[in-house]
Amino acid sequence: MTKATETLMPEHTAAHDNLSHEHDHHEHHGAPAGLMRWVLTTNHKDIGTLYLWFAFIMFLVGGAMAMVIRAELFQPGLQIVDPNFFNQMTTVHGLIMVFGAVMPAFTGLANWLIPMMIGAPDMALPRMNNWSFWILPFAFSMLLGSLFMEGGGPAFGWTFYAPLSTTYSSDSTALFVFSVHIMGISSIMGAINVIVTIFNMRAPSMTWMKMPLFVWTWLITAFLLIAVMPVLAGAVTMVLTDKFFGTSFFDAAGGGDPVMFQHIFWFFGHPEVYIMILPAFGIISQIVPTFARKRLFGYASMVYATASIALLSFIVWAHHMFTTGMPVFAEMFFMFATMLISVPTGVKVFNWVATMWRGSMTFEIPMLFALAFIVLFTIGGLSGLMLAITPVDFQYHDTYFVVAHFHYVLVTGAVFSIMAAVYYWLPKWTGKMFNITLAKWHFWCSLISVNVLFFPMHFVGLAGMPRRIPDYSLQFADYNQWISIGGFAFGLSQLIFLVLVIKACRKEGEPVTSQVWEGAEGLEWEIPSPAPYHTFETPPKVK
Amino acid sequence: MTSPTSANNRLVLRLITVVVGMFGFGFALVPLYDVFCDITGINGKTDNKAAVRTVDEIDKNREITVEFITRTNSGMPWEFRAETQKVLVHPGEVNTVAFYVRNPASSNIIAQAIPSVSPGQAALYLNKTECFCFNQQPLQAGQEAWMPMSFYVDTSLPEDITYFTLQYTLYDVTARATDLMESDNPYLRQPVSGSR
Repeated sequence: MTKATETLMPEHTAAHDNLSHEHDHHEHHGAPAGLMRWVLTTNHKDIGTLYLWFAFIMFLVGGAMAMVIRAELFQPGLQIVDPNFFNQMTTVHGLIMVFGAVMPAFTGLANWLIPMMIGAPDMALPRMNNWSFWILPFAFSMLLGSLFMEGGGPAFGWTFYAPLSTTYSSDSTALFVFSVHIMGISSIMGAINVIVTIFNMRAPSMTWMKMPLFVWTWLITAFLLIAVMPVLAGAVTMVLTDKFFGTSFFDAAGGGDPVMFQHIFWFFGHPEVYIMILPAFGIISQIVPTFARKRLFGYASMVYATASIALLSFIVWAHHMFTTGMPVFAEMFFMFATMLISVPTGVKVFNWVATMWRGSMTFEIPMLFALAFIVLFTIGGLSGLMLAITPVDFQYHDTYFVVAHFHYVLVTGAVFSIMAAVYYWLPKWTGKMFNITLAKWHFWCSLISVNVLFFPMHFVGLAGMPRRIPDYSLQFADYNQWISIGGFAFGLSQLIFLVLVIKACRKEGEPVTSQVWEGAEGLEWEIPSPAPYHTFETPPKVK
Repeated sequence: MTSPTSANNRLVLRLITVVVGMFGFGFALVPLYDVFCDITGINGKTDNKAAVRTVDEIDKNREITVEFITRTNSGMPWEFRAETQKVLVHPGEVNTVAFYVRNPASSNIIAQAIPSVSPGQAALYLNKTECFCFNQQPLQAGQEAWMPMSFYVDTSLPEDITYFTLQYTLYDVTARATDLMESDNPYLRQPVSGSR
């Protein structure tokens, strides 16, 4: 570490002093060795690493389930798995990818980066931080374990609509409910930690409008989390009591209403989809200026656009329910409110494009992923706009068109942004440049296969292929074969990423400077690479 | 100046209040949903208690077609039909329609009928003075009954509604209401106008 600090430039002596000071009593609180380091750690960098590895493992597990789905759909007819197991695969794939892969990956990035970006020594509530990570493996063991129970695991779709999840579900629903409770508690604790850290632990000169956009987008995401995760907890609790304790929240026979389930679920569910994309916007807003070598165009408008998207997300939920028989004025309201969201989203996309305009652009790996994000996320956004049109949604509803839409925004959107972030900050974390040849293979294989995988879904969807069904009519066979081939290729491409990350964690590669990327600006690029175990014990000066 | 710890604690406490509040809000959505639907009538639910008729004004100039649809929930074996598919009514006039039920199963079953009106707005103007749907209805194995429903359409029904549908779905609620089986169905031997 001393070697690394020597590479610091003179204007960073404050940080230098701080680091050598902390080095003096390293014996007292450095990184302890062995397994217990990870179990007991309260260090934001350790916890960030744990979250990211957990998310990656869950990404591979959820991905394996997607492979089962695609293998079954390779041909029409039923050949590999029985329909009940197919339903469990679609359900658990969705749950794992949403709650096990994307959300923990963003929380891991928040843990690693927010303290380093705002000049704080750690997260505000380090012990709670440890808890919020370590309850996650239990939640997902419970969820995955339920697959092996008699009657199988959850098979009602990740949206667990009543009465599928109440009257018609297997007994393992109780395990599903408890695991969702634990996931919710984990995200709420993570969100509280982020908010308290950003409110109370910024370096004195880090004013609100100097905060990096990743910090801003995460702050707004954290508010969304504490607002809607409790509603999800309420919804699963009602499912639990309806199924096991004789209440009738969603049972018409007892005076309840199954449509009300959808209202409550989507009141959570729509903000939830922005929880999975706002931090991605933050990541792209960090990466694009670095490799365009220009300041981010429209910083303030980016902040306001993020806040507007978050606020609008609370009044659009029923666009998931156009076919439930709502009155026309409600359908009109939700249609126009949904379309309104494309305004702040458009502001963001145009700001990124304007940032690149006449910039000195270079195409390092994080930038490749960021550019792919901007193009492919926009495709997903446009198909979302199509779905928002009430009359045509009656045709698109519950078809593969919807599957294409949300995979474009979640895979080529959220997941690509996470990969971009990992490539962008990995050299900072390990101190070594990752294997660029492998990274290029990973990018190009992923980019091509992901489009072979998801683009034809638009066509089969428009032609009427329903989602969540293990079989299909013969006319969809050719496209589905392409989709499956793309799926297998995309799955295999992620193994390249796995190899690359393992090599990086074993500290293979060329050492990097503290700035890593030529155009990178921000506090995290002023500390040495690899980032020392403790940083900013005395607050830095922000330019 | 407060210490960082107490500032953290205050903020954490506020945020936890928001979390608890939103958990409560999730449950508050249940009554709010009912109240909202009750006021706007958008989900086609009718009142589940008897309306008291206060005026006897009958609007002979208007004729409204009311169509009846009966269905049973999956797994509910009862036969269930209305004595007539459609009636023509004047707003304000009280009509009675009988519904036939038979329990062909070899076990005693308790049923609950759930109404739904389409278009939903009409639900606000449909007043029932008596309905089998207000209570759970027991039938022993093999029993049959004619169950009455008396209603009038409010004279303030919007001009553009000339036709609406009232649908009843029968649910098997035996599991949650076994004590009712002690008593007989009140409509069992009761002659109903229009029954045959």
